[in-house]
Amino acid sequence: MTARGTDVLVIGAGAVGAAVAHYCTLQGLSVRVVDRGAPGGGTSSRCEGNILVSDKERGPELDLANYSLALWHGELAEHAESWELERKGGIIVASRETSLVSLRRALTAQREHGIEVQEIDAEALLALEPHVSPGAVGAAFYPDDSQVMPMQVVAHLLALARGRGAEVLPYCEVTGLMREGERIIGARTTRGDLPAGAVVDAAGPWAARFSALAGVHLPIAPRRGYVMVTEPLPPRVFHKVYAAEYIDDVGTSDTSLQSSPVVESTPAGSILIGSSREQVGFSDAISREALQRIAANATALFPFLRDVHVLRHYHGFRPYSPDHLPAIGADARATGLWHATGHEGAGIGMSVGTGKLLAQALAGHRPDLDLDPFDPARFGDAAPAGGPR
Amino acid sequence: MSEIAAVVVIGAGPAGLAAAAEAARGSDRVLLVDAGPRLGGQFWRHGAKDDLPQAPAPRWHHGWDTYLELRTDLERAEAAGRLEHLASTHVAALDVREDGLLALHLALSPTGEQLTTLLAETVVLCPGAYDRQLPVAGWTLPGVMAAGGVQAFVKVQEQVPGRRVLLAGTGPFLLAAAASVLQAGGEVAAICESGDLTGWVPRGASAALVPGKGREGAQYAALLVRHRVPYLRRRVVSRIHGTDRVESVEISRADDRGAQVPGTAQVLEDIDVVGLGWGFVPQAELLLQAGAASRLDVDGSLVGVVDGEQASSVPGLFLAGEITGVTGASGAVAEGRIAGRAAAGRVSGRAAESSRKDASARSRHRLFASAMHRAHPAPAGWADSLDEGTVVCRCEEVTLAEITAARDELGARDPRSLKGVTRAGMGMCQGRICAAAMTCFGTDPLEAARTTAKRPFALPLTLGTLASAEEGTE
Ligand SMILES: Cc1cc2nc3c(=O)[nH]c(=O)nc-3n(C[C@H](O)[C@H](O)[C@H](O)COP(=O)(O)OP(=O)(O)OC[C@H]3O[C@@H](n4cnc5c(N)ncnc54)[C@H](O)[C@@H]3O)c2cc1C
Ligand SMILES: Cc1cc2nc3c(=O)[nH]c(=O)nc-3n(C[C@H](O)[C@H](O)[C@H](O)COP(=O)(O)OP(=O)(O)OC[C@H]3O[C@@H](n4cnc5c(N)ncnc54)[C@H](O)[C@@H]3O)c2cc1C
Repeated sequence: MTARGTDVLVIGAGAVGAAVAHYCTLQGLSVRVVDRGAPGGGTSSRCEGNILVSDKERGPELDLANYSLALWHGELAEHAESWELERKGGIIVASRETSLVSLRRALTAQREHGIEVQEIDAEALLALEPHVSPGAVGAAFYPDDSQVMPMQVVAHLLALARGRGAEVLPYCEVTGLMREGERIIGARTTRGDLPAGAVVDAAGPWAARFSALAGVHLPIAPRRGYVMVTEPLPPRVFHKVYAAEYIDDVGTSDTSLQSSPVVESTPAGSILIGSSREQVGFSDAISREALQRIAANATALFPFLRDVHVLRHYHGFRPYSPDHLPAIGADARATGLWHATGHEGAGIGMSVGTGKLLAQALAGHRPDLDLDPFDPARFGDAAPAGGPR
Repeated sequence: MSEIAAVVVIGAGPAGLAAAAEAARGSDRVLLVDAGPRLGGQFWRHGAKDDLPQAPAPRWHHGWDTYLELRTDLERAEAAGRLEHLASTHVAALDVREDGLLALHLALSPTGEQLTTLLAETVVLCPGAYDRQLPVAGWTLPGVMAAGGVQAFVKVQEQVPGRRVLLAGTGPFLLAAAASVLQAGGEVAAICESGDLTGWVPRGASAALVPGKGREGAQYAALLVRHRVPYLRRRVVSRIHGTDRVESVEISRADDRGAQVPGTAQVLEDIDVVGLGWGFVPQAELLLQAGAASRLDVDGSLVGVVDGEQASSVPGLFLAGEITGVTGASGAVAEGRIAGRAAAGRVSGRAAESSRKDASARSRHRLFASAMHRAHPAPAGWADSLDEGTVVCRCEEVTLAEITAARDELGARDPRSLKGVTRAGMGMCQGRICAAAMTCFGTDPLEAARTTAKRPFALPLTLGTLASAEEGTE
């Protein structure tokens, strides 16, 4: 069975796929989105909703983060309530003199890049976060760090796209691609063939598998992370609070377990505590060690948490990219194939920027930001068997 | 116990007591773990003084002799050093390790403190069930309880949680709960049964298969007649009234789907407790954590798949009691015996001696239970004429209107998506109370039941406890 063709077929209804769909319909393109599960059922419902500039280093990633932040608070501001957007501000806490020194170094560089950040001393920190550990020696405050509820982002972006004619097909898995010569002209799915002018890979951590169907190498790998959720409490954590060591974890490519605390409250009163990073494939085997370390770190940062109950924990697989940059744009190796994936731990925050830039390119316009640094073909072809990984 | 346990039995209700008693005949490293302070589970729940020597049998209990026999067996095994009972201890999580051992993460109940890990060669999981609840206007008022909660209150406190009680929902358990209220000196205003019980007639033979059940039922019936308690068929609670707590209850006729028929409302005044029960939901979180195969039973419950030896699909994990299907206490005992023997047999390598008596008791109770479930279905139409503003998720205060809007406008068509968009099921009870309701919003009933039953911790743990957790044997 072959359905009516669309200009764009988006594979994956996570935050990134939903944002691509939304912006493509704004460009006047006809859009169909497929997901093999329920929309938002992938990583975008197994994460936290931080929109951070504080953890970014200067370069294309920071540019994309800033571009996205401006969209969240700018043209998307009218929807702020539907996805619980809140400009909470982030605080990075240093508990040792040595981490304070590296934090200062990072601040200086970020400030040069136009990020708004203030260094605050222990006393000012306690004024902002009265329950933080008294052992903290200093901190940095980022007033722009924000938060959204990721599942609501996906649901509402898709609803906006549907409102402009997009079709969303859940429980529809892509099993192959349709070709005309070398050109990709649609996808074969468990619900029939879906022809399209452009096929967009928004398959998140499964992007490598999807790309393999298209015959291209895209080394996006799953990087697992745990989050714990506490019982609902009266407000006692007022910002997004991280330990200075978090920044180091984000930037590493180490595959072993790392964990540093990220603590934030939600509008429902629960506190979310993240997070760990480890490369164990798509394993669902529970790591008691990861949970233990997250709990130990969080209670060190906020001692009152010791007596607070954890109701549940969950884990997701960040779409990890070897050079920490997402893959966004047309794939020079396969005409008709485009990518929007590999945002690792920042795909919620950067979803809207990614969607808007890709939609501009798909519509034949020059994107607001240069997409070259995100070129999907930059990883080259797969390393030869037996060669270095 | 410093070594690896041979058999750990989780739950000390009818199934677990029988499993532990049998396991201790074949093994000398048996551990019985229960979250409660005393043996007995839901069915033989009792107060401290009921355990004193020479204490009279509590008048609301059935099969108390069986309880005493099982307790005596366990005491003997304990004295012989073959068995240990860990009371007030919750199994918060259950992992299957790569080496095939089962790891149990234990914490004190109910505080969730002192996490320890225990390794076991086999586990017999008998965690029982809790009352299935469905939303109705006014059900968040103080004085509205689960029918099982009303009965548990009587069993432990030896008094009624109020003065005049209305019981409503479906199933013979409403009769048992009413009987306990009457025996404890309370008044029962009425029992509203949503079904019309015609289901029992063609399959009436099943009741005759289990004589004990017939006797229990006849005793309840006599008691209700003596106290002139109205037993109203095809009647559902349509609204509970009250300002600070329950004052009166509006009941309506029910149609074939169990939905209230508009215009048939009648108000029962002067009620201070409402006990609602739509059958039971097995506690499946540990089953799902272990990754064991599950299926939907006749009553829509998610239950574990077992073979003739009560073995689950996970090697070394056995299941007995409500977790394999809600069949009642005597069926649970038969299953427990079979599972306990099989678990000890697996460890010793000696094939378990099969007991024809237990196996046939098990089949009789299962037949009886399916007839009962068919006669008392949880009403498919519970939401048909429910007020839009009725709260479905009590913890997060999510209304029916919010859920249907998320379904119709945002395309959230399964419990997990609905939870993500509305927070229904994310609160303190982790979806235990709204599970039955939320499952109905799914398009795939089995998947929906699994989603709403999935919980990574069976008991909330403090961060301090988690932070100081250490791997290894206790
Ligand atoms: C613990 C944790 C915490 C995080 N915290 C944050 C945070 O605070 N802020 C932030 O910005 N980011 C955070 N992230 C990262 C963020 O979750 C991801 O970057 C983002 O969700 C990726 O979105 P996506 O749309 O690319 O992928 P996904 O949401 O995974 O969507 C991909 C979709 O593709 C579908 N799919 C795959 N293959 C196929 C196929 N063959 N056919 C059909 N469909 C297919 C999948 O079913 C899936 O729904 C966190 C991640 C984790 C794990
Ligand atoms: C409130 C209530 C009242 C009932 N009253 C009647 C009645 O009057 N008549 C009738 O015929 N049937 C009644 N039933 C049904 C009857 O109790 C069951 O058929 C029978 O008890 C099933 O036995 P079981 O061993 O499977 O479970 P249960 O008796 O429920 O025992 C399960 C035990 O497991 C423990 N447990 C559960 N999870 C954990 C964990 N993670 N860690 C440690 N321990 C755990 C619990 O504390 C409990 O003691 C009632 C059920 C309920 C819920």
